[in-house]
Amino acid sequence: MAKTLTRGGASPGLGVDAAVAKQLLTDMLLIRRFEEKAAEAYTLGKIGGFLHLYIGEEAVAVGTTSVLRPDDYAISAYREHGHCLAKGSDPKRVMAELYGRRDGLSKGKGGSMHLFDRSTNFLGGHAIVGAHLPIAAGVGFAIKYQGGDQVIVCYFGDGAVPEGEFHESMNLAALWKLPVIFLCENNRYAMGTSVERALAQPEIWRFGQTYGVPSERVDGMDVLAVREAVARAVTRARQHKTPALLEADTYRYRGHSMRDPAGAVYRTKEEVEREKLRDPIVLFRDKLLAAGLLAEADVRTIEKDVSDRVDEAVAFADASPEPPGEWLFTDIYKEA
Amino acid sequence: MPKLNMVKALNLALFQAMERDADVLVLGEDVGVDGGVFRVTDDLQRKFGSQRVIDSPLAEAAIIGTAVGMALYGLKPVCEIQFSGFAFQCFHQIENHCARYRARSQGRFHIPMVIRMPYGGSVRALEHHSESEEQFYAHIPGLKMVIPSGPRNARALLAAAISDPDPVIFFEAKALYHAAKEEVPEESETVPLGRAQVAREGSALTLIAYGAMVRVALEAADVLRDEDGVDAEVIDLLTISPLDRDALVTSVKKTGRAVVVHEAPRSFGPGAEIAASIMDGAFLSLEAPVRRVAAHDVPFVGFAREKANIPDVPRVVAAARATLAF
Repeated sequence: MAKTLTRGGASPGLGVDAAVAKQLLTDMLLIRRFEEKAAEAYTLGKIGGFLHLYIGEEAVAVGTTSVLRPDDYAISAYREHGHCLAKGSDPKRVMAELYGRRDGLSKGKGGSMHLFDRSTNFLGGHAIVGAHLPIAAGVGFAIKYQGGDQVIVCYFGDGAVPEGEFHESMNLAALWKLPVIFLCENNRYAMGTSVERALAQPEIWRFGQTYGVPSERVDGMDVLAVREAVARAVTRARQHKTPALLEADTYRYRGHSMRDPAGAVYRTKEEVEREKLRDPIVLFRDKLLAAGLLAEADVRTIEKDVSDRVDEAVAFADASPEPPGEWLFTDIYKEA
Repeated sequence: MPKLNMVKALNLALFQAMERDADVLVLGEDVGVDGGVFRVTDDLQRKFGSQRVIDSPLAEAAIIGTAVGMALYGLKPVCEIQFSGFAFQCFHQIENHCARYRARSQGRFHIPMVIRMPYGGSVRALEHHSESEEQFYAHIPGLKMVIPSGPRNARALLAAAISDPDPVIFFEAKALYHAAKEEVPEESETVPLGRAQVAREGSALTLIAYGAMVRVALEAADVLRDEDGVDAEVIDLLTISPLDRDALVTSVKKTGRAVVVHEAPRSFGPGAEIAASIMDGAFLSLEAPVRRVAAHDVPFVGFAREKANIPDVPRVVAAARATLAF
């Protein structure tokens, strides 16, 4: 079936045309290469503290953002570089923020776990697990209060589900009918604790049923599946202020953070290798090639473009100066 | 000019802020239909509707977290936590989000919100319904910590807090809710945050207090005048943080002696910071060590033992006399 399609036309099999397909692949690759470079910078000591990589989970951020409007909102936890990039932030400024440099998104004061971008309506990474879920409910409330039709996507991991604020926020969003899409990236481990060891109900999407929130599980390694599930939730949220709980079945290849590089204590190498066979980028690329939406040469061009943009981001971060000492005292309160 | 108690004065401030600005919302447990535990939000839901005066479920972290989201979007939520002792359920929202968004995003986002909480003793209730925790909030950069001492300044400070671009923790002394009526002008009135007031002028020593303890300090000053012939100055902080250090230093440079009075436990309480600020700014004027009269370093003992724990006039007078005799 796929082979009968002309390149550039919409594909009934995939549900996207060549331009969209190319964008999805590009965005996923950008996140992958960006994070690989960030990991390198970390090992070189250019990024300090902790660095939580999203590698393996790119289809969730990219599939989700691809059905949002620019004026829709996104908010996330601490593994949020991918969400921030997908929402449209400049990779140069994101990398500079990871470096703690003055040209970073938050002038180097936020760091890896606190990326904020007002220009893309990205409302921050949050380091405390589960703590940003009520904030998403509040933004949802404010959208509704002001008569808007935007939605907010709230990304969090499986580790947030046993937190009280997950349940408080689901209850509020359902009770007050707020346009919030709770998107759980279930990568199976809260640091080193598996879902089975943390949750009496390991099928996370089922918690939505308790609150009367439309809920579903989606293959988080399939960018098109994510896109479709989120599109359904966005339509409901935009039209009827109905919240949603989506559970994306995904996997992180790296450790919890760069300090946990192997992640081999709580899972086996075999498991990691097996999961890599579901790689969202490889599978999607192959699907596009097979469908004739892209040619090998297109893929090489995309790879090259992405690689250049990431190199540019690294050079930009390297060249950006350290923030001046007096910035320690700015933006604590509104300046008089 | 109508005479109002502090409950009615706070209600007036909320009413006028909501009338003036549709972005101001009230959010909390039982603030709407019920009008709040202490009736501070009485009748607001009837006037402004349930979309602006919002009864939330019992979920303190969700109340404050949701309000942060509202504020991010541009609304100005005024939250009520029923008793300050309940706020530990949402402390991390206050500490992690309210206080830090401006710094974390380098000013790209800020959180203009107010969190009202009744605090302190006087209702003879146990622990969480009577304790004073202003020191926790005063210690957090990015927050402002405000405590009025009477109806008129309560109304003016709440109006100023709602207009403020930064998050304000607003403590209301339960002891003052119905303690006295004052003339409160109908037209809107604010006082600037971050400024202390001289509640009584004097020259022999400075009594520094806030909230319900201002009345205790003023009564102690009366006793010192009547029994000792001593003229005490009383400073009402009004804003605990940022602390008006200039006002403290100016007064102590004049009097040379200071006693701090607060309901929070003594150790690591606001009195320690106040004493250090006086030492920094007025060391060479000091004739005696700065003394503190505070609750004891025990979990709040309520009910029958409340009076033994909270500073009262005799304790303040005794500390003042010891300071004068040093």
